[in-house]
Amino acid sequence: MLAPDILLAAVLNGLMTGAVYALVAVGLTLVYGVLHIINFAHGAILSAAMFAAYFASLAGVDPYIALIGLAPLFFAAGYAAQRLIISPASHGDDQNVLLVTLGLSIVIENVLLTAFHSDTRSIDVPYGFASVDLGFAFLPLPRVVAFAVACVVSAALWIGLHHTDTGKAIRAVAKERYGATLVGIDVAHVYAVTFGIGAACLAIAACLLLPSYYVNPRVGEAYVLVAFTVVVFGGMGSVPGALIGGLMIGVIESLTGLFFGESLGQLGIFVLFIVMLLLRPTGLFGARA
Amino acid sequence: MPDAALLEVDGLAAGYGASAILQGIDLHVAAGETVAVLGSNGVGKTTLNKVLSGILRPRAGSIRFNGRSLEHAAPSKIVEMGLVHVPEGRRIFPDMSVDENLVLGSYRRAKANRAANRERVMAIFPRLAERCRQPAGTLSGGEQQMLAIGRGLMAEPRFLILDEPSLGLSPLLVEEMFMLIRRLGAEGLTILLVEQNVVQSLALAAHAHVLENGRIVLSGKGEELMSDPRLQKSYLGM
Repeated sequence: MLAPDILLAAVLNGLMTGAVYALVAVGLTLVYGVLHIINFAHGAILSAAMFAAYFASLAGVDPYIALIGLAPLFFAAGYAAQRLIISPASHGDDQNVLLVTLGLSIVIENVLLTAFHSDTRSIDVPYGFASVDLGFAFLPLPRVVAFAVACVVSAALWIGLHHTDTGKAIRAVAKERYGATLVGIDVAHVYAVTFGIGAACLAIAACLLLPSYYVNPRVGEAYVLVAFTVVVFGGMGSVPGALIGGLMIGVIESLTGLFFGESLGQLGIFVLFIVMLLLRPTGLFGARA
Repeated sequence: MPDAALLEVDGLAAGYGASAILQGIDLHVAAGETVAVLGSNGVGKTTLNKVLSGILRPRAGSIRFNGRSLEHAAPSKIVEMGLVHVPEGRRIFPDMSVDENLVLGSYRRAKANRAANRERVMAIFPRLAERCRQPAGTLSGGEQQMLAIGRGLMAEPRFLILDEPSLGLSPLLVEEMFMLIRRLGAEGLTILLVEQNVVQSLALAAHAHVLENGRIVLSGKGEELMSDPRLQKSYLGM
């Protein structure tokens, strides 16, 4: 029988990981909710963001400081990618958007491969192995920071979506594009802002991951696979679903790891994912299709 | 025709793909006037509204609003100029509250007067005030129509297109809706009323046009058309 404090520590660890899953998933679900397509470039953008944070770190900028610059930079890049590449290349057809993002992901990934090869790299930060003592458990400091920042970013996103005109416009376009056009919302702008927010969330996630994780051109894919599970689990297009789903998936992964061994941690995610699809295909917060 | 036309549509043609819907539409609306466009389903009424609000590009002809050409203007620009379209089927934001729907009505225009305009809309539609925090999708059909019009008024329109505002409402609410349109017209708002409800629309429109197969087949003053034998034959079953 496991001691309750080990169980509690595993749950806390899961929440820490889950917060970053949530951050990666929130961009994916937001883009799905507004544009009604899966952004296949999500993983590649995360890889790119991790490389950006990696090189910032080599240049002497701590990832947590780099975050302040990389988030707006990736917002702008996401905005521009939607406005200048994805939208023109898809000729107004939603299905083409999907293919264009797939194409974009291949391009980004191969550019990263060409430039940096498939080597796995990591950085050394003084606090890399520091931990926070809770009395009954030690939590790695980078994970605690990641959790805190992910919570703040999620809260900011929530407030932005509900209490600013732009946020309301994003929600309006998600549910009623025609009505939104008629009140004067520039739908193309809202699409681009949504893409930008998704990319900015990835830049933040990248900076939070880097101190305790590695980077290579395909690192984003692994995260996005989990994030996609989170999105379906929480309900496609639901921001609260992605946040709560992310935390839950993190805990499930951690508990599966505790009971069945670390290497089987992700098994729990996918078993639960299949059970969810069978019992409640719309996800936790999903609306009827 | 009054010479100070706010909206001037000349020789307008529009369609989708291979099908031509509208042909040779001429339509002039003077400031402060209520003009009705009448016709049954599928004659091109909604297509006309889509062209006027920039959703669909015209194939030929010109649209001038307040002296400015609209043929290439983006929908958001058109709203900014004060031409606001309350669409058929309401198109409100179902999972957002009544208040949020109204806020978005002033997304592009009259932002500074948002609070005052909200008060005004709530005074016109007290039922919306009672439900201001409720998700718009939970409102009844009549209330949703009120919300759609209220959302349109939040932009302080200079020109309001109402597409089938009486569609799907109970007879009592239809009555209420036409009273409201009359009231808005009396307050000086320029209205393009696009309706199937011929009698009620003619009763309050200064001018009316009957649309058939994408063309205007009959035009005249409201009360004149009411007694026009052609109109009586095809729409009033007399």
